[in-house]
Amino acid sequence: MDAAGPYDRAKALNAFKAGDQAFYWITRISALSVLFILGGIILSLIVGAWPALKEFGFSFLTTQRWAPSADPPVLGALGPIYGTLITSVIAMAIAIPVGIGIAVFLTELCPQWLRRPIGMAVELLAGIPSIIYGMWGFFVLGPFLANHFQPFLINIFEGVPVLGTIFAGPPSYLSLFNASLILAIMVLPFITSISVDVFKTVPPVLKEAAYGVGCTTWEVVRNVVIPYTRVGVIGGVMLALGRALGETMAVTFIIGNSFRITGSLFGPGTTISAAIASEFAESDGLHQSGLILLGLLLFVLTFVVLSAARLMLLRLEKKAGN
Amino acid sequence: MSELSVSSGVPSVSMPPPSVLQGETRPKVTVRDLNFYYGEHHALKKINLTLMANRVTAFIGPSGCGKSTLLRIFNRMYDLYPGQRAEGQLMLDNQNILDPKLDLNLLRARVGMVFQKPTPFPMTIYENIAFGIRLYEKISKSEMDIRVEKALRGGALWNEVKDKLNASGLSLSGGQQQRLCIARTIAVRPEVILFDEPCSALDPISTAKIEELIDELKDQYTIAIVTHNMQQAARVSDTTAFMYLGELIEFDQTNKIFTSPTDRRTQDYITGRFG
Repeated sequence: MDAAGPYDRAKALNAFKAGDQAFYWITRISALSVLFILGGIILSLIVGAWPALKEFGFSFLTTQRWAPSADPPVLGALGPIYGTLITSVIAMAIAIPVGIGIAVFLTELCPQWLRRPIGMAVELLAGIPSIIYGMWGFFVLGPFLANHFQPFLINIFEGVPVLGTIFAGPPSYLSLFNASLILAIMVLPFITSISVDVFKTVPPVLKEAAYGVGCTTWEVVRNVVIPYTRVGVIGGVMLALGRALGETMAVTFIIGNSFRITGSLFGPGTTISAAIASEFAESDGLHQSGLILLGLLLFVLTFVVLSAARLMLLRLEKKAGN
Repeated sequence: MSELSVSSGVPSVSMPPPSVLQGETRPKVTVRDLNFYYGEHHALKKINLTLMANRVTAFIGPSGCGKSTLLRIFNRMYDLYPGQRAEGQLMLDNQNILDPKLDLNLLRARVGMVFQKPTPFPMTIYENIAFGIRLYEKISKSEMDIRVEKALRGGALWNEVKDKLNASGLSLSGGQQQRLCIARTIAVRPEVILFDEPCSALDPISTAKIEELIDELKDQYTIAIVTHNMQQAARVSDTTAFMYLGELIEFDQTNKIFTSPTDRRTQDYITGRFG
């Protein structure tokens, strides 16, 4: 027994070594596969978009007309780009304050018994499939906004320069504004649940210190909790923005799918992903290539937005003196 | 036997002995029959004592004896947490701190607190100080510069940070961070400063600096300090309160507590027989 001891130990160690090697390679291949998949997607997008890129070049970005059946076909992405940016910006403008507000209430102010129901409701909101948001937006929210909310705003801003154009009638079930609102509701849970998680990481003693110099709850949140957690909060906002930029199904239902740019938020429009979803099935040739080019644009757009966010984060950190 | 000490169960007299009263001083904070509860748990039992103005009062006792709890009543910090409540009377000058209608933000401006761990806010050194001032006063940039410098000098930190006021407060060392917190506390011109084990996370040199600072601060403020370090209590304080299991066992002149304590338990604690 004793003689076999050291021998067995060495053998066992060797077995572990082989296991370690296998583990190393499995994790390494998994990690590298991400790069391959990403590269493959970019490559196939470029290949698919090439005919349209060659045909339209830079004017693809600046043309508003989208006439795939004209002769020769004219394809311009200005409408979808405009729609994507506008709906995302409005959605974020609504979702960020509301989402962070909910998070502050849940972590700082909410009585214990109300905490769970609200927290669960927020999580359930994230679990609703987007097609259901689309249907609800089409059958319930759209009519409500068109019959009650939009006429109200249109009346208020009638005759006011700039704002009068932005909120020009007629009210519509299908509009950029409705799509933005649905997007805001869809991305809200991301912002809230990530903010709640990072707010909980603020050391209680830091909050006590702020209360200790005489801060109100609002001042503690504004000056201590949010600065302390800003990286996490911005991360949540970026995740939400990524979803807002790419969200397809719900938006396709309620945005109206019009490639023309109208100055009014209550007019129909389209987004890049909605345009692709509604036309891809019946497209071919140059038209299909144009849609793939749209997809490539969305890819680039998302990348640019996320990089800009990273840059902003770096700036913020520098400003805070780190 | 000092008639001023408090034997267990019979909290009778709460004024410090006359010898401490020499020089300019008067009662600043008076605690009368104070009871404190964490939910059902009766954490402080019938506490009676007085903090004198411009004096340092140390609170010692084994862990869990309620000394930090007592400190957190002085600025109503316990109010942040549901289920904690205090009964009795706690007078700051002529105002009852336990009055539910009291403006807590103003109270906490009058009663500053320095915590066990340094707690600089996530902002620059300058802003850490200016932040608290701005809560109460609207002053110009140049006045603010003066106030910040004064506070940092008061915190014995000015010479170390004057060239990097725009660096993050978190970039300082632990001892510097703690002095920043002290500077931040005195910047809002409180009347009472509470120290909750301010040196327990610091090295000996930083500890010495903070103790020196406390000694200087007592010219202007009423100071209460909770400490686990009995030498520290002996060095910095004028009066010492020994607490045990939620009761104030003995409250007397620091010299007296450390040389001839009245109560058996005080003697056991300071000689290291328990705790």
